[in-house]
Amino acid sequence: MNQDARGAPASRRRFLDWLLGTTIGGLVVSVLYPVVRYIVPPPASESAASSVTLPFTAQEVAPNTGRIFKFGSRPGILVRTPSGELRAFGATCTHLGCIVQYRPDLGHVWCACHNGHFDLNGRNIAGPPPAPLEVFAVHERGDQIVVGKGT
Amino acid sequence: MAALAFLWCAAAPAGGQQPSGPAQGAQQAESCVACHQALDDERLSSPVASFAADVHAVKGLGCAACHGGDPQAFGPEAMDPAKGFIGRPARREIPQLCGRCHSDAAFMRRYNPSLRVDQVTEYRTSVHGRRLVQFNDPRVATCVSCHRVHAIRPPTDPQSSVHPLKVARTCGACHADSVRMAPYGIPTDQLRRYETSVHWEMMSVKHDLAAPTCNDCHGNHGAAPPGVSWVGNTCGQCHTVMQRLFDQSPHGRVFPQMGVPGCAACHRNHDVQHAGDELLGLGAAAVCSGCHDAESRGGEQAVAMRRLIDSLRVDFDSADGLLRRAERSGVEVSQGLFELQEARNALVGARTAVHASSVDAVRAETEKGFSITARARARGGRALGELRFRRTGLVISVTIILALIVGLVLKIRQLESSSLSQRESP
Amino acid sequence: MSLGSLRQRFTALGPWLESRLGLAGLWAVARKKDVPVHRHTLWYYLGGMTLFLFVIQIGTGVLLLFYYRPSAEEAFESVQFLMAEVQFGWLIRSIHAWAANLMIFTLFLHFFSALLLRAYRAPRELTWLSGMGLLGLALGFGFTGYLLPWNELAYFATRVGTQIVGVVPVAGDFFLRVLRGGEEVSGATLTRFYAIHVALLPASGLAIVGLHLYLVQKHGMSVPPGVERSGTALPRMRFFPNFLLRDLVGWLAALAILAALAAFLPAELGKKADPFTSAPAGIRPEWYFMFMFQTLKLLPAHILGLEGEMVGVVGFGLAAVFLLVLPFVDRPGQGGRLQPVFTWIGIGIIVFVIVLTYIGYTVSPTK
Repeated sequence: MNQDARGAPASRRRFLDWLLGTTIGGLVVSVLYPVVRYIVPPPASESAASSVTLPFTAQEVAPNTGRIFKFGSRPGILVRTPSGELRAFGATCTHLGCIVQYRPDLGHVWCACHNGHFDLNGRNIAGPPPAPLEVFAVHERGDQIVVGKGT
Repeated sequence: MAALAFLWCAAAPAGGQQPSGPAQGAQQAESCVACHQALDDERLSSPVASFAADVHAVKGLGCAACHGGDPQAFGPEAMDPAKGFIGRPARREIPQLCGRCHSDAAFMRRYNPSLRVDQVTEYRTSVHGRRLVQFNDPRVATCVSCHRVHAIRPPTDPQSSVHPLKVARTCGACHADSVRMAPYGIPTDQLRRYETSVHWEMMSVKHDLAAPTCNDCHGNHGAAPPGVSWVGNTCGQCHTVMQRLFDQSPHGRVFPQMGVPGCAACHRNHDVQHAGDELLGLGAAAVCSGCHDAESRGGEQAVAMRRLIDSLRVDFDSADGLLRRAERSGVEVSQGLFELQEARNALVGARTAVHASSVDAVRAETEKGFSITARARARGGRALGELRFRRTGLVISVTIILALIVGLVLKIRQLESSSLSQRESP
Repeated sequence: MSLGSLRQRFTALGPWLESRLGLAGLWAVARKKDVPVHRHTLWYYLGGMTLFLFVIQIGTGVLLLFYYRPSAEEAFESVQFLMAEVQFGWLIRSIHAWAANLMIFTLFLHFFSALLLRAYRAPRELTWLSGMGLLGLALGFGFTGYLLPWNELAYFATRVGTQIVGVVPVAGDFFLRVLRGGEEVSGATLTRFYAIHVALLPASGLAIVGLHLYLVQKHGMSVPPGVERSGTALPRMRFFPNFLLRDLVGWLAALAILAALAAFLPAELGKKADPFTSAPAGIRPEWYFMFMFQTLKLLPAHILGLEGEMVGVVGFGLAAVFLLVLPFVDRPGQGGRLQPVFTWIGIGIIVFVIVLTYIGYTVSPTK
């Protein structure tokens, strides 16, 4: 590769300059592309682990009904009591982990797997579940329902 | 018998009647305690020490409440039979003695309004009670056998001999003693078996005091083994769904006719184990093969049910493994894992449906599960696609970097050879 | 577009900028900068490598700031969100985590090479002192940054690490409270560490790096005593562009390694910190603290009537002071030769660090 400077072919130098230019450009793109995509916020703009906006409106939840929703990675159940109040609990039964449901005929939460019953405060009132359901805080913002942890 | 008790109560003089309250009780304790705690004879002095922690003492009921006599007097006058002193009661009289107060609703309301008052009635229906009355059997349990004599504590007290964690040992004190139980011809391995059971594990290890112990299945004071035809009702107190399905199943109709003890036929009675899938089918650990062979319709159904559950479980595990592998590599799979949890519901439902002994019932549950696991597996596949995307991105960027490095090295050589020859040239 | 035509455009831009910024004088000085070429020239690249990785840390760190939330309730979830939902969030975080390790590794190499090659001799004492300051800052960066995801391992490692600070005699308890923001490791600790990691250390870091680089420019590269003694005039390499291009080759190689590490071994998160659970087995500090941690674990409970841990901490403090004053202690003796004992001390330190780090990773955590 040791060549006389004036004898070094211009074509080789031009090729090298082209190579450098192109690879530098490629490097810049492969660095800027992830950075730009990163800065653009994703569709779910906040972490869903501490509070979640439900994908259905308050109107759609009739009294004496319940609906399952996704809270982070866990199931939750939203209940509108017969008197019209909204309550939310973790929907994982404390017995063996089945997903609970709302029973309009009983007026409280029930687990189909082994007949566990939970009252409208999440407390385990009958059947095998040894502990109450986790209670979530429900806030209504206009038409939206926001469920969060804690009070 | 109740009449006898009544007469006995009516015959007791003033000192032996129901005490009127805490004040009198405190005074009563004074004189009996004062003498007895100073005595040398262990049998006479130890009750004083243990009685201090007794729930009756705490409520203000002293020695005379049960033993009679006059606690205000001293010396032998206190122990005058004319004043109702009965000394150490005969074994046979003990239920009546306790029942004097504990069967009187009006009286018990003064101390513990929610306590039941039918214990003596129940006791008389039990094997213990009947043998005590009919044969004056000196070996059967009476109130003090389980509740102890002078250190009676309420069942909620962890030190009580009838606290849920202690009940098995209390019953086992007699029932596990093969010498004591020899004349009755019943097994003495129940305690040992129970302590290997999942019910005991729930209570002792997982601290779930709602788990069953002896009295939950056999009854408290009216203790008797469940009849063969209603074992299901006993287990069904907690396992309601299984009992309902079982009662409607072919087994539920046939077992009582055959004298087979319901749930205990497959799950055993004292040493109930955690019921895994291996119990189902015709395999080595399976219970179905006890009656059914491979050619019979029952055997075929058992095998079919087992196959359905096994394949759902395998599907579930593979979908779960796929998603978790993707998660470990940093790919977002929370939606997939969330949806997969419903498949766990289906698996639990399928295992419950086994009690209906119907392949169709099990299939109804597993079908739900299969659709969920299929969706989850699709998500897992997409997540792993994300991983491939990353590897591809890596290869591309590393290629670019390597090309740039090569270019730079060549540039360096070019610059230095040209500067070298510049210096050398004239 | 070739490099030539780019240069043409750039050249046209030159006079315009020159009349406004007046940097031609600076460039004239920089062009003269050169580097001696000898058998130890390879070590010269380590400082620049560390600087490159520091710049990567600043870049990825600023990007992480877009999504990270510094409170005990939200920190873990925000990092989880970053890894799962944000496009290339896993990449930015993994590069930040790996570059931190790589930076401290090259920093150690740079430090030990300066130690063994006696780069701290006059007139470079201040360069050495500022470098030691940077070493401390880098370890501080590592320690504070480790807690920020608020996961289980980090929480307990921080508990142990700050508790060791409390062992220092006289002022230990005070320092512990100041560091933790209270008596226990809590959300207050997290906020405090965040402030230190994101504002205090970067500001002081940039200032001291500025000083360090200025001093390096002023005094040029130090030539090791062994090479000096050989007497011959050393060939010199121009910094712009020769040394810099070689620097770039190294930096690009490091970038490729970082990309591969991020893709194959992305940063882990584990479980959220729960102060009420008991510490899991196998709590370990980061590798660059391991040798100190292991030493403290191996020391007996009492040494000459004093608490073993305190002796260890004070011992390390004294060792740091010794290293700081090394330029003033390691002076040429008779005949202008340096004492070889300091070379042996340096080698001893390296061996000690390596052996104890190895022990720390191979010993069973339940012993």
